[in-house]
Amino acid sequence: MGILDKLTSRRQPSSRAVAKERLQLVLVQDRVQLSPHVLQALKDDLIDTISRYVEIDREAVEITISQNQRESWLVANIPLSRGRAGSRR
Amino acid sequence: MAGRIITITSGKGGVGKTTTTANIGVGLALLGKSVVCVDTDIGLRNLDLVMGLDNRIVYDLVDVVEGRCRLKQALVRDRHLSELYLLPAAQTRDKTAVSAAQMQALCDELRKEFDFILLDSPAGIETGFHNALAPADEVIIVTTPDVSAVRDADRAIGFVEAQEKGPARLVINRIKSDLVRKGEMLTIEDVVELLAIELIGIVPEDETIIMSTNRGTPAAMDRKSLAGQAFRNIAKRLTGQEVPFMPLPSDDGWLKRLTRLVRPTSS
Repeated sequence: MGILDKLTSRRQPSSRAVAKERLQLVLVQDRVQLSPHVLQALKDDLIDTISRYVEIDREAVEITISQNQRESWLVANIPLSRGRAGSRR
Repeated sequence: MAGRIITITSGKGGVGKTTTTANIGVGLALLGKSVVCVDTDIGLRNLDLVMGLDNRIVYDLVDVVEGRCRLKQALVRDRHLSELYLLPAAQTRDKTAVSAAQMQALCDELRKEFDFILLDSPAGIETGFHNALAPADEVIIVTTPDVSAVRDADRAIGFVEAQEKGPARLVINRIKSDLVRKGEMLTIEDVVELLAIELIGIVPEDETIIMSTNRGTPAAMDRKSLAGQAFRNIAKRLTGQEVPFMPLPSDDGWLKRLTRLVRPTSS
């Protein structure tokens, strides 16, 4: 291995760190069995449903999977539209 | 007597389920417990080879289930430890030869005779895995510190939880301490954090496992084997003893390593 290779390889994260990060991502998906595609569909449906009752900021809606130990949660962050956050009815 | 039924499984194959089963069996027998190791990998039996009992098999698990022999006729006693037995798998049948209910009934019989019933599960998450899981009181998950094994272990843990057999406990096998030190292998802490279950054993990569398997004498019989010591520690933890996790080989300086060569530590 040349000096240049050594210098460039040093800038890469360790393979241990890469393995851990990849596993963290893949285990979340394996556990909840929700593909990114299905998660997006869920998000769209949720936005439509909530929009029937209150005005929300569609672009800012966040749906994520949160995990603690072996428990998983769907976490939805749904900001109401500014100024017109009241009920539509 | 009401023995404990412990299933040893992993998801992925080749991570050391059978070696772990044989060695924990030896470890428990060395503690004076009566133990039967059951090979549930029907069609791909290997526990007999690892335990060195392959040339003593007359009947197998399927013969018992199908009534061709009595349970006691199929049990093979260990060559060294009088309280250790093997119930071999059938080699000429497949996983569908036994149902989960039959496995349960078989284990209920064994429970009357032994302190510990160790079920060596087949790899995968199909019928054989589910049959091995069905009778379990407790589950041990074996993994190695690599991405495929950890991912598959997580799937297996998922099934264990879904069937309310948990919480499973974890054995991390074949840890290469030199790679861990260089940052090129997942650490024990990484694997425990990822899988989020309780750790019951860490086993270093150890050539003595290959040699002991070649001879059919589990490493736990060998006082000088580091892996053997790790497996004996797991057996102790299963009986409720508090045993600290042993340091990985290269955590020590040369002096300590030299001392261990001369006089194996008891930790």
